[in-house]
Amino acid sequence: MAVYLMCLTLFMVGIYCILRKRNIVKIIIGLIITEYAVNLFFVLLGYRMEGRAPIYSPAQAIVNMVDPIPQALILTSIVIGLAVTALVVGIAIRIYEKYGTFDITQIKRLKG
Amino acid sequence: MNKRNDDPAGMSLIVKTVARVTTGLILLYGMYIIIHGHVSPGGGFAGGVIVALAFVLLVLAFGKKFTMEKISVSRASLVESLGAIMFLAIALAGFAGGYFFLNFFTNKGEPFRVFSAGIIPLCNIAISLKVAAGLFAIFMILVILESTVKKDK
Amino acid sequence: MVELYILLTFMIIGAVIAVVVKDLLSSIVAVGAAGLCVCLAFLVLKAPDLAITQLVVEVLCLVILIRATVRKDLPFSTSGRWVFNTAVTAIFMITFLCISYFALKDLPQFGYPIMKVADIYLKQGLVKTGATNLISAVILDYRAYDTLGEATILFTAVIGVLAIMRKIGRKKPGETEKDQE
Repeated sequence: MAVYLMCLTLFMVGIYCILRKRNIVKIIIGLIITEYAVNLFFVLLGYRMEGRAPIYSPAQAIVNMVDPIPQALILTSIVIGLAVTALVVGIAIRIYEKYGTFDITQIKRLKG
Repeated sequence: MNKRNDDPAGMSLIVKTVARVTTGLILLYGMYIIIHGHVSPGGGFAGGVIVALAFVLLVLAFGKKFTMEKISVSRASLVESLGAIMFLAIALAGFAGGYFFLNFFTNKGEPFRVFSAGIIPLCNIAISLKVAAGLFAIFMILVILESTVKKDK
Repeated sequence: MVELYILLTFMIIGAVIAVVVKDLLSSIVAVGAAGLCVCLAFLVLKAPDLAITQLVVEVLCLVILIRATVRKDLPFSTSGRWVFNTAVTAIFMITFLCISYFALKDLPQFGYPIMKVADIYLKQGLVKTGATNLISAVILDYRAYDTLGEATILFTAVIGVLAIMRKIGRKKPGETEKDQE
């Protein structure tokens, strides 16, 4: 239970960074921290005490393994997080090109 | 060779020499992880990102003009589409047996060998082509157009 | 599980440093340290596939961030209507933590999951698919449709980045700037 609460604290640090920072690069960093916290939470759900990794070995017989389904889902989620980060960095570069600053309080003009 | 070493676009001479030696090793390691994806930890996603990192090392060490002569963005997107089509073709070939993505090789081979587990090694190779080419294309697009932005300001 | 608590503490410290520091390059390095701790936590939780993938993806993410934005390094400051904003953020965070405490009480205890479907995959995975890495068997045989969705997302991301970074009437990237203006 304490492990889950610490993971949720990491999530809260990321959410605070997204909500309260003015620099776009800081918002992107908050997004990355939030995504790390969510991935870690899923893998924490699937852990079994005294379990082994879900890979067979030719030398010994493995009796109990941890849950493989959360690991399989998070494997694709990590690569998807990278794609989303690259997209948001592209948007940040275009915003700098157009407005000359990374400050989000200066970005108010709606006309393209 | 001397002109390439003195080119101001990349990094210093030490970085260029080390990059020449290690790019092939990184590619080899990535291919090992892809092909043994069903026997040991790894698989298509991790191996694809490692192969993309080998090309990114080339771009960082030698500058983008030199690397774009070797691998352009259009060729990378061709390889990515090829990977996606191969994955879809393997999926649709399962219709021959019953349903989508059926593992239609009946003889699954012995475990712990490379040629086993039906369609899983082929799927790993298709996924790795797609991931490697896609991530390299994203990096090249962000890098090429970033330098045009800098020179305008 | 003492090492898990130590790694979580380092992660939170690294994340707080990344949020608070004013220099952009230092905060990116701190995020890299937090990601490395996540990779070690995956190793402690017996997930070697995820550890390899997390390590290389984090390296590529840092390279993209540093290469594309830190050339224009600028610090920032907080000003404006900050009393109202801080109060709303604090209320939101406290409410979220309270509600999540009640939700976390209903989860099974850490280390004893209910594995109904996973038991079937673990028992019959080797016999039916022939793959000894059960994670590959799950993502490429039992749940291969999700992998197709992930491939589609990567494809869409490449198209999206290309569409964003393209100006109308932009020249091809090989040409120099003395042709512009």
